[in-house]
Amino acid sequence: MSQADASAEPEAVAGNGLLHRRLFLTRGLTLAGAMGVAGHAHAQVAPPKHPEWMMRQGTGLSGYGQPSKFEDGVKRIMGQPNPLTPTLGSTRTPLEKLTGMITPNGLHFERHHSSVPDINPDAHSLLIHGLVRQPQKWDMSALMRYPMTSVIRFIECSGNSGAAKRAVPQTSVGQIHGLLSCSEWTGVKLSHLLDETGLADGASWIIAEGAEASSMVRSIPLKTALDDVIVALYQNGERIRPEQGYPMRLLVPGCEGSVNVKWVHRIKVVNGPGHSRDETGQYTDLLPDGRALQYTLILGPKSLIIHPSVGMKMSQPGFYEISGLAWSGHGAVRRVEVTADGGKSWADAELTEPVLSKCLTRFRMPWSWNGGPATLASRATDDRGNVQPTHAVAIANYGEVGAYHYNGIQPWAVAQTGEVANVRM
Amino acid sequence: MSACRFALAAGVLLAAACATEQNSASTASPHLGKAMTDVELAFWDSAILIDGSNLPAGSGSSAQGKVVYQQKCAACHGATGTETDTRLTPLVGGRGSLATAQPVRTLGSYWPYSTIVFDYIRRAMPYNAPKTLSNDEVYALTAYLLQANGIIGEAAVMDRTTLPAVQMPNRNGFVMASENVK
Repeated sequence: MSQADASAEPEAVAGNGLLHRRLFLTRGLTLAGAMGVAGHAHAQVAPPKHPEWMMRQGTGLSGYGQPSKFEDGVKRIMGQPNPLTPTLGSTRTPLEKLTGMITPNGLHFERHHSSVPDINPDAHSLLIHGLVRQPQKWDMSALMRYPMTSVIRFIECSGNSGAAKRAVPQTSVGQIHGLLSCSEWTGVKLSHLLDETGLADGASWIIAEGAEASSMVRSIPLKTALDDVIVALYQNGERIRPEQGYPMRLLVPGCEGSVNVKWVHRIKVVNGPGHSRDETGQYTDLLPDGRALQYTLILGPKSLIIHPSVGMKMSQPGFYEISGLAWSGHGAVRRVEVTADGGKSWADAELTEPVLSKCLTRFRMPWSWNGGPATLASRATDDRGNVQPTHAVAIANYGEVGAYHYNGIQPWAVAQTGEVANVRM
Repeated sequence: MSACRFALAAGVLLAAACATEQNSASTASPHLGKAMTDVELAFWDSAILIDGSNLPAGSGSSAQGKVVYQQKCAACHGATGTETDTRLTPLVGGRGSLATAQPVRTLGSYWPYSTIVFDYIRRAMPYNAPKTLSNDEVYALTAYLLQANGIIGEAAVMDRTTLPAVQMPNRNGFVMASENVK
């Protein structure tokens, strides 16, 4: 399909076949004719008959539902742990096999700094001490009686996309960018508990500690802790999975994954950040002059086209829906622009409701692929006006040698064969 | 309660001004927390602050630490801590490399505070048996690693007084990413 016959076609909004995002809302019924549907089969077709599952009983009830066996390939993408530390490492969410904005609990990415502890909730407490008026501890039964709040928020490891910063890997989008997940989290606002302990003079940060073997500690500004941090007990309606922090984790919306301390059991209120190993030796951004940025907590605006993406193959020219995810640690996504001509022209994608603060937002864009080469990319802007940077600007922001906090624009090249590859733009 | 929180968020504790609000909050708040005993507080207050104020008693030298290192650390970290073939971050070396294209970020070249070494070893190491080292062993290992990185001399003994006084080479190397911290 060329631009020349656009008069008979849906409205083009940018080069190389991008169509108006409201296409389906305004013209959905006329589209089939305009765009052409996959042709009727001319080959010999067997006469219709009932499939076997319509002719006999299947299985019965089950205590905890599982995906269809035909979805058996939808698994977390496993890392390759160092044999010296076999339980330490990460798995990634298979973004290319999912849609919507919510990550199923069993597919939420993992990043463990030692291993997953097997915590008995009856023997687990949350302690708050330090610069407080009254140090206190809460067992699970006590915490469960507090007023709770629910929010849908993403969690992204700050090392996510690090491979795309250093190189142009041809692995799947989940392999490159899948240290990213989104859930509904329910729990007790930390401000509620800090109200009850009271705060002493000088209190300005908190240090949260996990109850795993390595007792991960991370520092969080008190202002953030009093704002929207939750002691989360539930994930997508069920108790948090062990690998996500059972029986409780911190949810620090918009901030790098490792401060969302899993298995949290202790919070110390202090007068400055703790400078622990995981906020000095790790998770810092070494700049070319030898200095390093520290406490790069809030994750910048970012987006990815997931359909299509690297490793996929488009079967034939014609209509496709480009879709992907956008998010920002600063707030809500305000717009996502898409290009199909390598950045020469951009047009706004449709944002799928709900569009929430510090949450994954699904975007969609109709596209008529003409069968020629195309370079697709997306660019997110958040409601604070922050715009997702180019690769070059992202590297300038956080240095070239580290793997953290990379949020550069991710282009994919569609070849005439329909094969989709990772490229630089 | 929200006004009180705002005051707290500003880092100013307006005890008198908040008293009334807190009284009203208390009726709407479960207040199910239990007081912690001094023994509990002392036991759990384990993440070491950079001023060393909560370092425990005990002491150790680099010579003592070398023995512990060979017994409990070398199997993973290598005989000298400089090894890179273990896929673990080297523990020793890298001084002067941070501004190069091949920076080597070790506790000696990169970490800004000496207390971090003690803190991390004590809560997280050894990987297969964390929290089993005595405080003397942790001080000794800290001394050994600082000495191996050329930061303290062989005769130095690390304890709750001497350790926080050790100036790390990259002490001033970190900058708060202020736009990313609210």
